[in-house]
Amino acid sequence: MKKVENTLREHRYQRSRIIQILQDIQVEFNYLPKEALEYVSQRLKMSLSKIYSIATFYAGFSLNPRGKHLCTVCMGTACHVRGAANVLDRIEERLGITSGVTTSDKLFTLETVNCLGACALAPIVVIDGQYHGQTTVDRVDKLLDKYYEKKDK
Amino acid sequence: MKKKTNKEFRLHLLICAGTGCVANRSYEIKEELVKEITRRGLNTEVRVAITGCNGYCERGPILVVQPDGVFYQKVRKEDVPCIVEEHILKGKPVESLMYRPSPDAPPISRMMDIDFFKHQTSVVFRNRSRLDPEDIEDYLRFDGYKALKKALVEMNSGQIIAEIKLSGLRGRGGAGFPTGLKWELCRKSPGNIKYIVCNGDEGDPGAFMDRSVLEADPHAVIEGMIIGARAIGAHKGFIYVRKEYPLAVKRVKIALVQAEEYGFVGENILGTGCDFSVDVVQGSGAFVCGEETALLTSIEGRVGRPRPRPPYPIEKGLWGRPTNINNVETWANVPQIISKGAEWFSGIGTKRSKGTKIFSLVGKINNTGLVEVPMGITVREIVDEIGGGIPGGKEFKAVQTGGPSGGCIPKSLLDLPIDYESLVKAGSMMGSGGMIVMDEDTCMVDIARYFLDFTLHESCGKCPSCRLGTKQMVEILDRITEGEGKEGDIEFLEDIGKNVKLASLCGLGQTAANPVLTTIKYFRDEYLAHIKEKRCPALVCKSLISYVIDPELCGGCTVCAKNCPSDAITGEPKEIYTIDQKKCTKCGICLTVCPPKFKAVKKVSPPVK
Repeated sequence: MKKVENTLREHRYQRSRIIQILQDIQVEFNYLPKEALEYVSQRLKMSLSKIYSIATFYAGFSLNPRGKHLCTVCMGTACHVRGAANVLDRIEERLGITSGVTTSDKLFTLETVNCLGACALAPIVVIDGQYHGQTTVDRVDKLLDKYYEKKDK
Repeated sequence: MKKKTNKEFRLHLLICAGTGCVANRSYEIKEELVKEITRRGLNTEVRVAITGCNGYCERGPILVVQPDGVFYQKVRKEDVPCIVEEHILKGKPVESLMYRPSPDAPPISRMMDIDFFKHQTSVVFRNRSRLDPEDIEDYLRFDGYKALKKALVEMNSGQIIAEIKLSGLRGRGGAGFPTGLKWELCRKSPGNIKYIVCNGDEGDPGAFMDRSVLEADPHAVIEGMIIGARAIGAHKGFIYVRKEYPLAVKRVKIALVQAEEYGFVGENILGTGCDFSVDVVQGSGAFVCGEETALLTSIEGRVGRPRPRPPYPIEKGLWGRPTNINNVETWANVPQIISKGAEWFSGIGTKRSKGTKIFSLVGKINNTGLVEVPMGITVREIVDEIGGGIPGGKEFKAVQTGGPSGGCIPKSLLDLPIDYESLVKAGSMMGSGGMIVMDEDTCMVDIARYFLDFTLHESCGKCPSCRLGTKQMVEILDRITEGEGKEGDIEFLEDIGKNVKLASLCGLGQTAANPVLTTIKYFRDEYLAHIKEKRCPALVCKSLISYVIDPELCGGCTVCAKNCPSDAITGEPKEIYTIDQKKCTKCGICLTVCPPKFKAVKKVSPPVK
């Protein structure tokens, strides 16, 4: 909770900064842990329900722990017309999960994003911040293979 | 030792560091250049720096050598020694890295001679490929903050507003409200505390000009905001950027720190007694926050739901105070209008839409990228002359403008001059300027479904018409694309669409039906093919297609069978392979791996029974 306290201090305990505070907490823990939200609620004298309403309204927040690797598929229009739906289908099939879910071995969390604004690279898959452009269904397999190989080692 | 000013360098190697090029590892190239330049002892005469996005993202990573403007494309780390040896030392630019319009055409060395750039008019993008966005000195070198000095020292607030009004500048975020008028209304709004907001919550998928402007020329936006603050009488500003744009956030923050160091932001700006400070606020993945009232509630730290207008933000905005909110591109236009005058600006564009507009040209187009063009240019000029047409010799079908709120413009309207009014008349809108090109392989029903599904998920849920209406429409479109369409579906869609338009509070709901209504208007035959013949003419909708192997063309190479993830393909080497339709998941891998010399895998519609 020390980390949460630090974050709150950085934002001068301002309730209007709640969204930025939650963002910082998510960067720290990779998701929004329940205890952290309870702590924030206490310190800012803000009701827990209000905090949860914000955490669930904005798609950028996750209330569940995420996997070791974050795989984000861009579903922007440019990616869509260049076949992003097929790419997503393939990744979902391969990982055995749907978007927004973490694999049971906690290796991958799969998420979609509306647009990354890098449309020249469409369709785009981002794994741990690394952009992979012009993805096709067969390239997805090779891409994911690498992470499984690493895990097996 | 005195730091060398940028003028003293013989050559500037400017490597593009916009999101697209960075994703293509342009920073590695920069490091390699620095290493090579240092190794050869050239660092006193050659400067290596980054620039913001050049806009020609298709060709990244891009390296521009100034002052001559030599344009290198698709540069790799391995090319660096050659560039330094040949171009820098021997003075012979490297032809193999230059742009060629076609594989056998002669290379074009200068950036401004390339078709993509030649037909553009750079106003907001005036600094592209020449300045380092992380160095305020560079911005100053190209007359940065001169407009601010003029506005603060020589002009009073009435004069600034008059100049902006005279220029005819209209909001670049979508609706096109006259900027000068908005400022004037906000100025006159009663109250001592007023706010300025920059809307950088660029949510329309396929639009990324605001990202590019913030990444490439953040000071221009900040300068515009300070001028606006002076005109309106505000002392506090906010820049709201979506969190999907981490690089833009970083650059804006750096720019703000530097602007404060140089006394352009903070207290007593340039000794004029004006105070103005700016905070950067990050969005958190909610499309509706691009709507102004939702954005303001989000800055206040609440759930970003729109509220009814009036009262407009200029009367009651942030924390109930008068607030002037403009889009990134609008702010970036302001300094130049002040510097060069309203007359210069209004000389560009059409009668009612002045200046330029940046469009992001994406989708099925050869030259993906950002293009800045005068208002009034035709769709054809953008797609053919700047965009270089459709790849693979495919047929142009439509261009979608205005994001999820916009509509599709068909081939018959290719010569439509683009301005705010003409697009609305065609059933679409300017929106933020996304322009998604679609070819014969794009299914218009699928596109309508895509956009509506988007709005459905991004609807905040406040108005039932939007929350439930979009859901109903998506369900119908789902059925149609799955081959379960019924007679009367089209009329029902039109009916719901019109009602959602009428009964929703904010722009998201009011425009949600546009993609459906325009595709029905211009591509009714595609809807009918789905409904009546259970056929997807563009071969996109999964339920309505099958993958088959043409026995005449199959070479028996085994590649498809080896790659099929569901073991649906059987056959013997050197024999003809077949796909078991019951096992096939229609993932399409067989189609991508079938060697070009056979091209034996085909999509057919209606599906094979």
